[in-house]
Amino acid sequence: MIPLLSSFPLFPVEASQQARQVDTLYIALVIIATFFTAIIFISLAFFAVRYRKGSKASRVLLHPENLKLEITWTAIPLVISAGIFLWSAKLYFDEHVPPANSIEIYVVAKQWMWKIEHPQGNREINELHIPVGIPVKLIMTSQDVIHSFYVPAFRVKQDVLPDRYTTEWFLPTKIGEYHLFCAEYCGTGHASMRGTVYVMDPSDYQQWLAGKTHEVPMATTGEELFQHFACNTCHQENDMGRGPSLYGIYGSTVHLNDGSTVIADQSYIRNSIDDPGGQVVAGYRPIMPTFKQQVSPDQVDQLIEYIKSLRPPEKVAKGMKQ
Amino acid sequence: MNTEQTVDYLNAGYGPKSWLLTTDHKRIAILYLISITFFFFVGGFFALIMRLELLTPQADVVSAHTYNELFSMHGITMIFFFLVPSIPAVLGNFLVPLMIGARDLAFPRLNLLSWYLYIFGGIFTLVAMLTGGIDTGWTFYTPFSSAYSTTNVIPVVTGIFILGFSSILTGLNFIVTIHKMRAPGLTWFRLPLFIWAQYATSVIIVLATPVLAITLALLGVERIFRVGIFDPALGGDPLLFQHLFWFYSHPAVYIMVLPSMGVVSELVTCFSRKRIFGYYFMAGAIMAIAALGFLVWGHHMFVSGQSVYAGMVFSALSYFVAVPSAVKVFNWTATLYKGNISFHTPLLYAFGFIGLFTIGGLTGLFLAALAVDVHVTDTYFVVAHFHYIMVGGAVMGYLGGIHYWWPKITGRMYNEGWAKFSALILFVGFNLTFFPQFILGYLGMPRRYHVYPPEFQVLNVLSTAGATILGVGYLIPFTYLIWSLRKGKQAGPNPWNATGLEWKTPSPPPPHNFDKVPIVTEGAYAYPPILTTEGTHGGS
Amino acid sequence: MVDHSSAAPHAHQFDDIQQQHEADSLGMWVFLTTEILFFGALFLSYGIYRHAYPEAFAAASHFMDVILGGINTAVLLGSSLTVVLAVHAAQHGERKRLVMFLIFTIILGLAFLSIKGVEYSHKFAEHLVPGVDFQYKGPQPGHAEIYFILYFVMTGIHALHLLIGVGIMTVLAFRASKNRFGPDYFAPIEVSGLYWHFVDIVWIFLYPMLYLIHVYH
Repeated sequence: MIPLLSSFPLFPVEASQQARQVDTLYIALVIIATFFTAIIFISLAFFAVRYRKGSKASRVLLHPENLKLEITWTAIPLVISAGIFLWSAKLYFDEHVPPANSIEIYVVAKQWMWKIEHPQGNREINELHIPVGIPVKLIMTSQDVIHSFYVPAFRVKQDVLPDRYTTEWFLPTKIGEYHLFCAEYCGTGHASMRGTVYVMDPSDYQQWLAGKTHEVPMATTGEELFQHFACNTCHQENDMGRGPSLYGIYGSTVHLNDGSTVIADQSYIRNSIDDPGGQVVAGYRPIMPTFKQQVSPDQVDQLIEYIKSLRPPEKVAKGMKQ
Repeated sequence: MNTEQTVDYLNAGYGPKSWLLTTDHKRIAILYLISITFFFFVGGFFALIMRLELLTPQADVVSAHTYNELFSMHGITMIFFFLVPSIPAVLGNFLVPLMIGARDLAFPRLNLLSWYLYIFGGIFTLVAMLTGGIDTGWTFYTPFSSAYSTTNVIPVVTGIFILGFSSILTGLNFIVTIHKMRAPGLTWFRLPLFIWAQYATSVIIVLATPVLAITLALLGVERIFRVGIFDPALGGDPLLFQHLFWFYSHPAVYIMVLPSMGVVSELVTCFSRKRIFGYYFMAGAIMAIAALGFLVWGHHMFVSGQSVYAGMVFSALSYFVAVPSAVKVFNWTATLYKGNISFHTPLLYAFGFIGLFTIGGLTGLFLAALAVDVHVTDTYFVVAHFHYIMVGGAVMGYLGGIHYWWPKITGRMYNEGWAKFSALILFVGFNLTFFPQFILGYLGMPRRYHVYPPEFQVLNVLSTAGATILGVGYLIPFTYLIWSLRKGKQAGPNPWNATGLEWKTPSPPPPHNFDKVPIVTEGAYAYPPILTTEGTHGGS
Repeated sequence: MVDHSSAAPHAHQFDDIQQQHEADSLGMWVFLTTEILFFGALFLSYGIYRHAYPEAFAAASHFMDVILGGINTAVLLGSSLTVVLAVHAAQHGERKRLVMFLIFTIILGLAFLSIKGVEYSHKFAEHLVPGVDFQYKGPQPGHAEIYFILYFVMTGIHALHLLIGVGIMTVLAFRASKNRFGPDYFAPIEVSGLYWHFVDIVWIFLYPMLYLIHVYH
């Protein structure tokens, strides 16, 4: 059952801003590689024919050693390499700086499925619905082993690790459906750990978001969890509890009891839940117990959304590059 | 015709004990040749089943778990039990003493121990893989390998650990031999490039392999005692595993390819009857590749979660290590200029190496480019890249060397017609197998997948067709080389009229290599000037 | 000083005893380089976790017996001295002193291993062996467990190397008693001495790294 030639692609679709940029670099590399391959192949063939045993070509070798030539063909690859490096490093660096207006969506990977949760509360399994033209930042963690969130059409990939967060962002530019693959071997179901990314017209996306009735925003669920796990007994709004107040904390600089400072991002929140003794706020005693066995990664994400929402009106959010 | 039987290393003693307890480096090389060939076909068999499964988008030949075991076994067998030992243990063992005018390696008994460790490690690992299986990939990433896989991880890493010692002892032996046992007059810069390549490879082996050994040992400890060295659930860092693993495994790829580069220098000079172009740059490039190869391991981890800045440093350094390889390709090509080229089989393999290594190496530039790597890492693009280097490069270099030194090792010539034919089949089969995989990779087909979206099928079918041709192509030399042992034409001491001390002794050599210690008075590849039919000649 | 007399027997692959001696020596140095990388990877792992969990590691190191470890350090340093004296005796053809110093070395090596055995048995009794009913009462037990597993792996591998060294010294003592060594042939003593010194140096690093954190933390 060989499919028709028309249905077999040779080049992936470009569906994100990065895709176009990466493809440009790729094509430049293809041209350079073809050029040098051609030079070598043609030279080999030409010399093989011209200087084959018994041919009449002159074998007078005036310069058996040629330092200038050697230095030249050491320098040229070096210069070309430097150029490629700089171009690609710039692109790579930009790929790691999501725009400030990115939609943040949480991903929890587990053997062998992708669990996705939008801040509005919409949950998906192996599917990601996003609007076109708006940057999306994924905040990802794994429940078990290392996975990797790969969307070839966007040219982005990022390993997803247990017990920590990794992020990736992309700006979809083309409406359509695209493959999502797990790209880090993770066991028996690795090849089946696939999904679809649906890039939609923004109004369709809004409809989709609202479409699932009774969807509870993550922050609301997070608030319920905050009470369920009795976090509020120590972390009170007026800072009178045994633990620090969490209002306005997200994105701020926190001073720890060993003199160092840390930005209160999602990793900080997660570490505080899983391993509170590791980072104690200055002026407080290390009495918070660990909740690692009780709070699942999905629930940590919901608590983070809740804590993010705790911004007292008069406090200005201390910007953190997300 | 001399009818009396001269004593050579092959007939100096018969019976299993004379082979299994030999300390003659040449016999040990033969022992390795047989065992490595065995593991090559075992590893190839696993690959054939994988490619059979990949003919269709669904899983219809093997289950997911079996497929995962197949790619793990294929990688482990091919890397640790074929590629890493191949040229050093077979050609290196046979030729290093001969090429430097020594009677044996510095430590012959250690050499035999190396082989026994190889056999023990190999059999142990193979049995472990076939009984309890292994499904972690040859990369053993944690926490999957330490806390989730239900396969025979501990016995398999133990077998590889044992193999590591075999490798280390061979490297140690070569380093001491090359330093201390060169013939009078054989200064460093008169050494054949094959020796430089073995030396650099040995230095890498000696520095990198111990790190792998400890990493696998810690993995075993974590799995047995359930502690968090690499498992984040227990406080460990999975990236630490990756850094330690790749600190060996990246230099390991140079262990696998540098010896082939040494072989190619011997082949290109002999069959163009000329000195190598730029000897000092060639020797320098070999050492530079070995040194720089230790600095780039993080390019396997660009999307792993390591810092962006680390990524940039590793990317820059990876471009540096590409440059000496490029220099070598240019210099081989330049050696052919104004040579007197005869197209014997070994040269065909050398051409194959140069062409395919060029493509493989250039695609390495793609992978070193951070933003491109983000897209193609963990896809078939990487699979194609390393197979171009390892199969198109290293294996072709190995076969070229086997064919070149076959008359020296066995005293017989093989059938040139069949040899040329199979070189061609291999070249065609290889490209058909692996070129489509570059396209598949950029399309986004991940590696280690036995099922895939239907639009990837055509390219997969092409690849499997190529793999079948490749498989047949490897069987042909196996056949005619064995056949030549009985029926091949007798080779004299120097059928190729090559320079080099190994050709100054009979084929096969006597047990002690040289009747008189050779004295060296000139550099490597001192071929006489080439006379053309018109009487003009080139000087060098 | 090596006697260059051509009468000295040497292995067939070498031209003379001088070349054999140099090869043996270089061989041992190359081997020790592999050992540096081997232990180095362990030291690196330890350093990374020590940096990540400083309080846990400092607290865990309180459970180390500084006195026993200190005695062991003195024992090993002493054994390196006896090794040097053995090499010196071999160089000067003093068979009795050679055998004596080799035996002293063996005794000191065994003393080290015994004391180590006592330390390990204490750890078992105090439930501080990871994976074997590990019960740690201090802060951050998960991180402390990493300290303990690295302690056991590092000192365990070191002890294994020392045991092998004791075995080598025993074989050498036996051969020395049969007058196999002299000024013209003492390379095995010398290179085994190198090995022994290396094992000693590894311990010189292990002791402060593992035992003395809390002293200067």
